[in-house]
Amino acid sequence: MNFDYTEEQTLLDNMVTSFVRDNYDWDTRCNIVKSEEGWKEENWKQFAELGLLGVPFDEAYGGLGGKSADLMIVMEQFGKGLVVEPYLPTVILAGGLISKLGSEEQKNSIIPEIISGNTRCAFAYAEPQSRFDLNDVKTSAVLNGDDYVLNGFKSVVFGAGMASHLIISARTDGEQRSESGITLFIVDTKSEGLTLQNYPTIDEYRASEVIIENLKVSKDNVLGKVNMAYDAIEEIVDNSTIAACSEAVGILQVLKDSTTEYCKNRKQFGQSIAKNQVIQHRLVDMMIEYEQAKSILYMAVTADLTNSDERRKAVSAAKARIGKAIKFVGESAIQLHGGMGVVDEYMVSHYFKRATMIGVLFGNTDYHMRRYMTLTQSGISSSDEAISVSVT
Amino acid sequence: MDTAFSNEDLKFQSEIRDFIKTNYPQELRDSINSKRKLGKELSREDLTAWHKILGKHNGWSAPSWPKQYGGAEFTPTQKYIFEQECAKAECQYIMPFGINMVGPVIYTFGNEEQKAQHLPGILSGEVFWCQGYSEPGSGSDLASLKTSAVKEGDHYIVNGQKTWTTMAQYADWIFCLVRTNPDAEKPQQGISFLLIDMKTPGVTVRPIKLMDGSHEVNETWFDNVKVPVENLIGQENMGWTYAKFLLAHERSGIAGVARSKKAIERIKQIASSEMSYGEPLIQDPAFKAKIAAAELELSALEYTELRTLAKDSAGKGPGPESSLLKIKGTDIQQTVTELAMEAVGYYANPHLGTTLSNEYVGPDYATNLSGTYFNFRKASIYGGSNEIQRNIIAKMVLGL
Repeated sequence: MNFDYTEEQTLLDNMVTSFVRDNYDWDTRCNIVKSEEGWKEENWKQFAELGLLGVPFDEAYGGLGGKSADLMIVMEQFGKGLVVEPYLPTVILAGGLISKLGSEEQKNSIIPEIISGNTRCAFAYAEPQSRFDLNDVKTSAVLNGDDYVLNGFKSVVFGAGMASHLIISARTDGEQRSESGITLFIVDTKSEGLTLQNYPTIDEYRASEVIIENLKVSKDNVLGKVNMAYDAIEEIVDNSTIAACSEAVGILQVLKDSTTEYCKNRKQFGQSIAKNQVIQHRLVDMMIEYEQAKSILYMAVTADLTNSDERRKAVSAAKARIGKAIKFVGESAIQLHGGMGVVDEYMVSHYFKRATMIGVLFGNTDYHMRRYMTLTQSGISSSDEAISVSVT
Repeated sequence: MDTAFSNEDLKFQSEIRDFIKTNYPQELRDSINSKRKLGKELSREDLTAWHKILGKHNGWSAPSWPKQYGGAEFTPTQKYIFEQECAKAECQYIMPFGINMVGPVIYTFGNEEQKAQHLPGILSGEVFWCQGYSEPGSGSDLASLKTSAVKEGDHYIVNGQKTWTTMAQYADWIFCLVRTNPDAEKPQQGISFLLIDMKTPGVTVRPIKLMDGSHEVNETWFDNVKVPVENLIGQENMGWTYAKFLLAHERSGIAGVARSKKAIERIKQIASSEMSYGEPLIQDPAFKAKIAAAELELSALEYTELRTLAKDSAGKGPGPESSLLKIKGTDIQQTVTELAMEAVGYYANPHLGTTLSNEYVGPDYATNLSGTYFNFRKASIYGGSNEIQRNIIAKMVLGL
C-alpha cells in the first residue's frame, strides 16, 4: 500500500505545477477568459510540447500510456489554476472514445493530431431532455446510401467552439431511452447541417448548443460499431468523471488554503478573525471535507476500473461524496471571505463557481447517489461475505 | 499509487484469517453474545481472553509495538489487514489502556526497570490497566486537574478523585496524571505521569451507571495513597508531554473503520428483514439514502486512515491529523448506531429485549440496539471531545 507518486508521476506533477505557476497567474487567466476566443492557443501548443496532450494515449500512437492516476495529477493542478483550455473535453472525453472505439485508421489519423496539438475534439452527448442520462438520445441518424443523415440537438457541449471535430451520439435504432441503438459519429465542425451557438459558462469556460439539421455523415465516420456505443460512452464518461473529481479536489485545496490565509489576515474587533472559535471550527470542517474528498478520489483512482461494476460504484461514490464537499467547502469559503467573497474581482468566487459547475458535470450528487444505491441495493455488496442474522 | 495487496499481504491476510478461525474460542463468542443479550456485564475474562491468546502469538496483541518490546511491529498495511480481519470475524476488541496507551508511553519514556516490570504483563493481557486522566472538574480542560502527589521520602502521597475510569472495576494498575507542582507558571507545567497499583490502600472504585444501564465507567478515589517514586514515568513535572503523546496514540485507533463497516453490513441485513410500506426497509428511498451516505463517508474515511497509516510508516508517530480520524470515526459510529436502532422500529423499545420473567421479545437482532445508540453518544465526548479535536487541528494543523 502506498500513496506516493512514482518518479515519472512526480515529474509530471512538477511539470504541470510549473506550467500553472509560470503561465497562469491570476491576471493572465482573467485576460484569457475575457478574450473573444476564451482560451489561449499558445497554451495548447505548450501542452503539446510538454507532452501533456499525450498522457492517456497508447504508446503505439505516440502517447505516454498514462492511467487514471496520471490524469488525476494533471487535472488536480489544472484545478488549482482554473485552467480553461479544453483538456478534459479533447484529451480525456473525446480522446477516450476514439482510443476505445476507433478503427486503426481512425486512431492513426486522429490521435497523433490530438497529441501534437493540431486538433481538438469535443463530445456532444447531452440533449435538452436527457439531463444526465447517457442513454436518453433523441438525435436521429438514418442511413441513406453510403451516408447517415443526422437530425437533432445537443446541449452544453464543452469545448465545441474550439474543436475541429465533434463526436456526436445519435440514435440509429430503438426507443428514445434504449441503451442499444446508439451510434457515435465523427463530424467536422464546419460541416453543412451543423450549427454551433457558442457561449461562455457562468464559470468562464466555453460551451455550445449544437443544432443538427440534415447533417450528412459518411459511413466511414462511424466511431465503433453501429448501435453499440452505449457501454463505451458510459465507461469514458466514468473515466472523465474521475478527472473532473480530480480537478475539483485541486480547487477545494485552493479554497481551503486561501480561506485559512484570509481569516488569519483579516482583522475585526482588533484581532484576526481566525482567533474566533466559530471561524476556527468552520475552517477545520473545511479541511476535513477536503481530506475526505481527496481520500475518496484516491479510492476511485486505485479501484479496479477494468471491472465495470467496480468502476461504476467507485465513480459514483466519489462524485457523490466530492459533490457534498464542493458545496460545503465552496459555500464556507465565500461566507468566511465576507464581502470579498461575493465580488467578481477577488479570485475566491471564481474557484467557487468552477467547483459548483463541476458538481453538475456528468451528473450531480443526487444523480450519483442514486446510481450508487442501485448498484449496492441488494443489501450486501458483492465483495463482502454474507453474515447470518437470525430472525425469531 | 497502489492500494492493491501484494502477494505477501494476501498471504498475511489468510494467515490472520486462519489463525482467528482456529484460535478464537467458540465458548468466548457464546459467552459474550449471551451476556450482551441478557444485559449482563462482560467479565474480566471475556474482555481479556482473546488478548491473552494473541499475546502468545508473535506479539499479535500489540500490532504497533516494536519487536524489541515483544510487539508484532506490523507494517501499516498489515495493521490495516489485521484490524479488518478481526472486525469481520467480530472478535472481542483489545482493551486499549495497556496496549495502545500506557504501553507506548512506558517503552518511549520509561526506564529499563519500568519496561521490564510492566511491558510483559501488558503484552500478555495478564495485567489489566485503566486510565486516570479526567477529574470531576477537569474534562476538556485536562490540564486543570487537581489530584495531588506530594513527595515524602521515597514515596508520593496521592490525594484526589479521577472520574470516567473505564473498567476500573477490573483494573490491576492505573496510569494517572497528578499535580506535583501546584505553583507552576502554567497548569501544564506542574503535572507528572504516575503508575499506581490499584491494590494500594486508599484507592476506592465506585461505579457510574450510564444511560443504557451499563457499567463501564467509575469514579476512582485516592485517599493518602502511598506510591513509590520508582513509579514516576520520565521526569517529574513533564507529565503533560507524555500525556499528549498518549492522546495522539489513543486518537489514531479511535476511528474504528473496520468495525463500522461490519456494522453497516449488519444494518443492511436487518433492513432486508424489516418491512416498511410492504417492502423490505432496505428498499425505502429515505432509509437507503442514509445507508448510502454513511457508506460513502466510511469509504472516504477508510482512505483517509490508509493515507495516515502510509505516512506513519515513515517512522513518525501519529500527529495532530489523528484528530480528524477521531472526529469522523466517532461521527460515523454514532450514525451507524442510530441507523441500527432506527431499522428495528418499535423493537427499539424493550430494554435488553427481555421480559420481566427473562423471556426474549422481538427479533434477535434488535436486542439492545437502542442501548448501543444511547451508549455511543459517549464517542464524540471521550478521548478529547470532538470540539477539542477541532481546536487541536485549528492550532496544530492550520496554525490559527
